[in-house]
Amino acid sequence: MISLRPSGFDELGLRRALSDRMLPVLVGAMTFLAALAMAGWFGTAALARHWQQGAGASLTVQVPQATDPAASGGQTRLAAVLALLTGTPGVASAHALSDQELADLLKPWLGQGADRLAIPIPAVIAVRLTGTASDLAPLAHRLDDAAPGTLVEDHDRWIGRLAVLVRSLQACAGLALLLVAGVAASVIAVATRAGLSTRREAIEIVHGLGATDAYIAGRFAARATLLAAAGAAGGALVALPVLLALARLAAPFVGQPAGTAGDTLQDALGALPVALWLALPCLPVSAGAIGFATAHSAVRRWLRRLP
Amino acid sequence: MLRFEAVGLRYERSGVRTDASAGPEVLHDISFHLRPGAFRWLMGPSGAGKTSLLRLLYLAVRPTRGRLTLMGTDVATAPRRALPVLRRRIGVVFQDFRLLPHLSAFDNVALPLRIAGRPEGQIRADVGELLRWVGLSQHLDTRPAELSGGEQQRVAIARSVITRPALLLADEPTGNLDDGQAERLMQLFKEMNRIGTTVIVATHNEMLVERHPAPTLHIANGRLAASDGRDDGWVS
Repeated sequence: MISLRPSGFDELGLRRALSDRMLPVLVGAMTFLAALAMAGWFGTAALARHWQQGAGASLTVQVPQATDPAASGGQTRLAAVLALLTGTPGVASAHALSDQELADLLKPWLGQGADRLAIPIPAVIAVRLTGTASDLAPLAHRLDDAAPGTLVEDHDRWIGRLAVLVRSLQACAGLALLLVAGVAASVIAVATRAGLSTRREAIEIVHGLGATDAYIAGRFAARATLLAAAGAAGGALVALPVLLALARLAAPFVGQPAGTAGDTLQDALGALPVALWLALPCLPVSAGAIGFATAHSAVRRWLRRLP
Repeated sequence: MLRFEAVGLRYERSGVRTDASAGPEVLHDISFHLRPGAFRWLMGPSGAGKTSLLRLLYLAVRPTRGRLTLMGTDVATAPRRALPVLRRRIGVVFQDFRLLPHLSAFDNVALPLRIAGRPEGQIRADVGELLRWVGLSQHLDTRPAELSGGEQQRVAIARSVITRPALLLADEPTGNLDDGQAERLMQLFKEMNRIGTTVIVATHNEMLVERHPAPTLHIANGRLAASDGRDDGWVS
């Protein structure tokens, strides 16, 4: 026969000692913060990925004195460079920016009418590649031969800076998650110790009747696991609408049109990254695990004072 | 069954085991042994050390010196993890009952069996039968606070014998019982003793001892004054 202790059997009186109010609320609040930190982690990663893909597949070519004749003669330097670029394998398109586009680009720095200033402004060609940029040195050489002074700039430097920024933001999010887990563990440890002192007599009686440390610690751990997991589930549920709103705000930056996310419930739910959907249910599981481990070790340490 | 060899006990004042924190010795040089199936009265004036001796026997404390062997285990040197199994073979009736106030009479009596992991079906049958035997079949779901002193004591007694322990200890078990109930309890102890349980009963009740003569451990000032020399078992 299998021994099945009745499910409601609470020999240590833990339903009152570890109450279902304070602990779940505190763990729920921690989980809310953890969900925000996780959203920060996944959000920055998605933004970085999107920008990296965009920037990694493009080049900027600057041609000074664009209207001068090219070294080979016959055509302008700009036309020679454009012809070379379009004939290069791996180049999807090469588009020389018009004066208006160039003026728009420079407007933030030079103001309106930048084109009327007596500054020699090079022609700028936006090049889209079929894949990410590989070794650009041979291309740069050929362009320089055709039109000396031509500069080829990939966006490595900016991607590098962006990567550093993203890694820092992710480190902050990770640190926040660790802190939240640490605070949750402390809250559970304090609640467990309070429970131990209020149920001291019951524990001594049960211990005297031959209960092992594992038995007593297991009763506390089961209760702490239940309360922490329930609190965390509540916290994650409360965080969900906040995350959906943030995802909707972030949609234009990760390549989704601003209008689509949130028009229907399905769109709204789809705005969250899949990774976040997978990570959210992990919060109650992790909180339960933290509750179990913390309560178990706290009770076992306390029980060592008994013979 | 059990053997004391020059056992001494001192309580620690602060729970920290250092010489500075140690209190005075409450038991000195206790030496005696009991064979399985023995019965002993434990008598002595208040404060003589009866309760401390019982605490040693139900493993609430360990000896601070000497050697105590209980059911083949050296209690002073055994690892902590070895003690729960020993405790499950010891039944104790406390003077203050030590029932769990939030549990019903049934659950209080079932507790040792559940701790030992017995099947629930067997628990229901055994506990129901024993509570009927002690006259509490109407109070299975009643909590201790709603029971009289005598009823609480009977619950405590039922809890102590439900596992059919090898060693049964009782500290003033008849204090809250009328004469009829006390006699009934003695019959239970005798019956347990007859089927091989070693029984030690601490009491001030000389009338009870006279009605049920048996070898006696006398304790005074923390020393075992004398055993009356008779061998294990009942004196007819």
